[in-house]
Amino acid sequence: MIKKNFLKIANQNLKSRLIVGTGKYKSFKETAEAVKASGADMVTVAVRRVNILDKKKPILMDYLNPKKIKYLPNTAGCFTSDDALRTLRLAREMGGWKMVKLEVLGDKKTLYPDMIETLKSTKVLVKEGFKVLVYCTDDPLFAKKLEDAGASAIMPLASPIGSGLGIQNKVNISIIVKQTKVPVIVDAGIGTASDATIAMELGCDGVLVNSAIANANNPILMASSFKNAVISGRQSFLSGRMKKNYFAKASSPKKGII
Amino acid sequence: MAKIQLNGKKITIKQKISLFDLLKKYKLEKKKVAIELNGIIIPKDLYKKKEIVNRDKVEVVHFIGGG
Repeated sequence: MIKKNFLKIANQNLKSRLIVGTGKYKSFKETAEAVKASGADMVTVAVRRVNILDKKKPILMDYLNPKKIKYLPNTAGCFTSDDALRTLRLAREMGGWKMVKLEVLGDKKTLYPDMIETLKSTKVLVKEGFKVLVYCTDDPLFAKKLEDAGASAIMPLASPIGSGLGIQNKVNISIIVKQTKVPVIVDAGIGTASDATIAMELGCDGVLVNSAIANANNPILMASSFKNAVISGRQSFLSGRMKKNYFAKASSPKKGII
Repeated sequence: MAKIQLNGKKITIKQKISLFDLLKKYKLEKKKVAIELNGIIIPKDLYKKKEIVNRDKVEVVHFIGGG
């Protein structure tokens, strides 16, 4: 999955390899500006109860038009397969969204995914015709099982959600990239733009970022920085880096030294 | 009058109003929402047909910001 210029997930073509989350921003205005600056074609969104007490409160769709930017409904906050399935079935009813992000969490403190429940949910969703982008651990075995179950993209964590710790296990991410035929998108734990570049240099097909942009002092500038970081990492990966040497090799010729 | 639970809150509404009427009451009829009635997702084209009765549990959801 490295030759094409765009990111193809199932039947969707995305111009940008950066997908951004829409949580944690100070306002919807800031969300919309950051999304624009990031250049992303796809954003993740959560499904929640409507606030029935406040009829005039603005909503996300007033600021991000789902006709212009692709919504990727997620199951954030779901701790069981049943909750995740319920959430995504509601999302599909809302506007026909078939492409979804599945995350089934297993632990409140680390927000680590429960891979047994995740795999179980993936199988059900695939059977129901969903195109499932699956948030998962960086365990190559489970990544393979998810792919075999019909996942449309494998989304291993770099480190815990919202931690900003960056990619903690480059080897596992690399193994997953090498063994996987569907797109691999690093999701969760990215802390700053260079982390996204590293993910892309490892050969990942894309990066999903929320906190690193929303929690920056200047989220809009950071969104633009991520846009460039992902493009840069991708180009670097496609270029094929030089070999590493243990000793120096002079850059200037010896011939003609005075 | 019918006593129902809407998004976890107990409310009282007129007897035999439809899901569409309920959405209208909260100015949601033009918004992109999904409805679950007693745990079952109701397709949009049934909103006008489906009437709410006493002790029904209704969930109305929409998209919000998330990662």
